[in-house]
Amino acid sequence: MTITALPILIPFMLIILMIISKSVIFSKLTGIAGSFVLLLISIFIFNLLSEKGFLVLNMGGWKSPYGITLVIDYLSSLMLIVTSIIVLAIAIYAYSFLSSEQQTTKFYIFFFSLIMGVNGSFVTGDVFNLYVWFEVILISSFVLITLGNSKEQLEGGIKYLALNLLGSLFFLAGLGLLYGKTGTLNMAHLAEILRNDDQAILMNTSAVLFFIAFGIKAAVFPLFFWLPASYHTANITVSSLFAGLLTKVGVYAFIRFFTLFFVYDQIFWHKLLLIIAGFTMVIGGMSASVHYDTRKILSYHIISQIGYMIMGLGIFTPLAIAGAIFFTIHNMLAKTNTFLVAGLIYKLKGTFYLKDIGGLIKQSPILAILFIIPAFALAGVPPISGFFAKFMLIKAGIDDGQYVIAFIAVLTSLLTLYSMIKIWNEAFLKKQPDNDFAEQKQKLGFLEMLPSIILGAMSILMGVFAYKVFDITMQAANQLIEGSAYINNVLNM
Amino acid sequence: MEILLAILVGILYTAGVYMILRRSIVKFIIGIIFLSNATNLLVFLASGIISGKPAFVGEELSHASDMADPLPQALVLTAIVIGFGIVVFTLALKYKFFELTGTDDLDQLKKTDT
Repeated sequence: MTITALPILIPFMLIILMIISKSVIFSKLTGIAGSFVLLLISIFIFNLLSEKGFLVLNMGGWKSPYGITLVIDYLSSLMLIVTSIIVLAIAIYAYSFLSSEQQTTKFYIFFFSLIMGVNGSFVTGDVFNLYVWFEVILISSFVLITLGNSKEQLEGGIKYLALNLLGSLFFLAGLGLLYGKTGTLNMAHLAEILRNDDQAILMNTSAVLFFIAFGIKAAVFPLFFWLPASYHTANITVSSLFAGLLTKVGVYAFIRFFTLFFVYDQIFWHKLLLIIAGFTMVIGGMSASVHYDTRKILSYHIISQIGYMIMGLGIFTPLAIAGAIFFTIHNMLAKTNTFLVAGLIYKLKGTFYLKDIGGLIKQSPILAILFIIPAFALAGVPPISGFFAKFMLIKAGIDDGQYVIAFIAVLTSLLTLYSMIKIWNEAFLKKQPDNDFAEQKQKLGFLEMLPSIILGAMSILMGVFAYKVFDITMQAANQLIEGSAYINNVLNM
Repeated sequence: MEILLAILVGILYTAGVYMILRRSIVKFIIGIIFLSNATNLLVFLASGIISGKPAFVGEELSHASDMADPLPQALVLTAIVIGFGIVVFTLALKYKFFELTGTDDLDQLKKTDT
């Protein structure tokens, strides 16, 4: 179906429009309108899925496994919807939060090329094509992260670039070896070969290279060091975008590869995933608790939450995979939202450093509500989304007898709660210390708070309608673990 | 031929790893170039090299062994182009950083870590 390619084509059209028009106002408005269209298309695609469960498109008419295949299943479709919600929020947010010299068509062009890369990696069914989309994401994120050209940004940019480049080299090497051994790069074909092969253990050389590559992208322990060194330097709009999307593309690739075709030798891989998940959760959570810069707390916090998603993959029961997917969606929404609120706090106070600010609950009660929603969602307070996500993961862990990781997950929630309470206490409850930042009396407009309201509402809706989201994620997880439906749908087009 | 190329890939990886561990940013970029070329060669080598056969043939092809596999060549070509783009961006970033700070020393890059 041709509509399968639209999530890639729409951002591409927008980029062309923006390059031609060269007008900033036009880019702003088409940015918002375009992301709204993207959201509608993703929801439409999701509705189409209920018929067959898969949308498959062979690009250029080459039959799979010879050509590049685009495949959308429930997992891809969910990720597409959440991505476009975040894109919509960020497009509105950029309207008021980019400083005037950063507000050029350049920002919007690379913003949408990033989205094109992200959507492309969710949609593609070909390993090399995934590599290409990863590079599209990388190059546009390099430009976005160094957008202000300040010293810190360039420094953060160099660190971000160094580790991520190595990651994509690992990816390419793994891909080459995989092609040498199997003679195909189509995911469905790979799954067909590797699931019925008693020599599949030979694939471990490729699998470990992919593991490192995705580990760097997803920022798991011990490969996460690029993230806290660079995320807090960029403009807050860019940081929120990265926080919501980039690491989750890595997690998506993990879930896709390790459920679809690296499914042999399960004891080794699942143990490794669980160990890494545990370390990622604890170290991310603990590092977050020593910092006093809002953006640094939240950056370390991203790492801690990645651990939960990897944990779901490591337990590898349908419930656990569904939990990982649920958690990923919830986290994309809530994490972006906390960054947006950090930007709002910055707008009011002029600093991200928590010790210098306070008294926000009196100054702006609405902001307090906007903060408390994603904070509670992340900490896992019912009835907001995070509670159900964590509940599914921990229940799956206990059902499967993985008590240690379940225990670590519960403990890490406390660490999360601690760092959220720290921001709450320092920024909102405490009295404003007597310093330069006490004077500013700016008011927040509705347009500035709108993105945060949208994402907060989505978090609450996900909690209230958790049973529906649960059904969809279970369907997605069953599709992933079953595998045969994916293979049949792609190869027998 | 395979042996020779395998040794070359090994040497390039060694040189690349050595270079990215140096303190200078320029040397780091040279290291990245080495590593990306080593990886390109690895992809090319791992998919099997066939000497003296064309990658594209007409209708009259009698057997698959009469042609070279065109896919690894396409993959490597794409990877080389992407590699070029990234190296150019890295150099531009390094130039901008040098203009602003006047340093080429990676050990000076400690501001954003803690």
